[in-house]
Amino acid sequence: MLDRDEDILKAAEDWQKAGRGVALATVVETWGSAPRPAGSSLVINDEGTFLGSVSGGCVEGAVVTEAMDVIQSGKPRMLEFGVADETAWNVGLSCGGTIRVFVEKVG
Amino acid sequence: MKLEILHELNAERAGRRPVILVTDTESGEQRLVKAKDFARDPLRTELEKQLRMGRSASVEAGGKKLFLNVYAPTAKLVIVGAVHISQALAPLARSLGYDVTVVDPRTAFASPERFPDIPLIAEWPDTALPPLNVDAYTAFVAVTHDPKIDDPALLHAFERNCFYIGALGSRKTHAKRGDRLRAQGAKESDIARIHAPIGLPIGAVSPSEIAVAIMAEITAALRLPPKEKEEAA
Repeated sequence: MLDRDEDILKAAEDWQKAGRGVALATVVETWGSAPRPAGSSLVINDEGTFLGSVSGGCVEGAVVTEAMDVIQSGKPRMLEFGVADETAWNVGLSCGGTIRVFVEKVG
Repeated sequence: MKLEILHELNAERAGRRPVILVTDTESGEQRLVKAKDFARDPLRTELEKQLRMGRSASVEAGGKKLFLNVYAPTAKLVIVGAVHISQALAPLARSLGYDVTVVDPRTAFASPERFPDIPLIAEWPDTALPPLNVDAYTAFVAVTHDPKIDDPALLHAFERNCFYIGALGSRKTHAKRGDRLRAQGAKESDIARIHAPIGLPIGAVSPSEIAVAIMAEITAALRLPPKEKEEAA
């Protein structure tokens, strides 16, 4: 609970109002020893600046890349990362869990 | 997420009103449900359960995959008494995510040297407490051992429906406190809400251990459903 999600969402609103493209990524499901619970979120702007976390550092890089596409297309998408998934292994969710992350454009 | 929804979500959070954002994860459709509207919502059972647990979750309803994102206000802890226990309790509570405030009119106790980085109010409870907006997401502890300070503070906590109220003192001290509060108009049900002796019985001796016992009891009050809460007590 140390993260203050309200600050993350406030940043999302502020960035959007300042004319930036913004995406919000939210953990919607977890299995096994996922590092961050459902509801954890990461806000990303079109400069690649991000706040918050969905995994404590393991997959944020990949989520930011996907978020850039979502800002462009405006279409939400669901990402899944887990040990069984080679891509996820490559980006480093080595802690044994699986997470699904919903990425949506803000505004 | 539509900007209107984000704006409303931030406004509700700023006002410390619990809300749940319901997202259809296939279509991306979203709606924000305020806690006061849960009772007439088709998802009320799920909404109520997730809010109580303070936990977001995916559910299936009406053939749709929905994600319920719970936004409960940040829990506050108001500590009345800038005593030795509070010096351990304040940083521990903060590490658990609480917004902590310490109140004590005795300036020798309520000094920034003793409470670095913790908001301190060196005023009597009658002055200090009303601006703090003590609410149902506030845990309230009275640990001065001085009835002149603890009693009015506890009366304030009863009024504001704090989710946890604890007070330092043995059973004997607490019985006397009950008599005094009754004489000041407190209801029997209010007095019964006070956790005293304060903290889970873990044999705590040092101020830090007592702080752990108190925070464990507050965590149980915040997270356990009512039945299990009774069993833990």
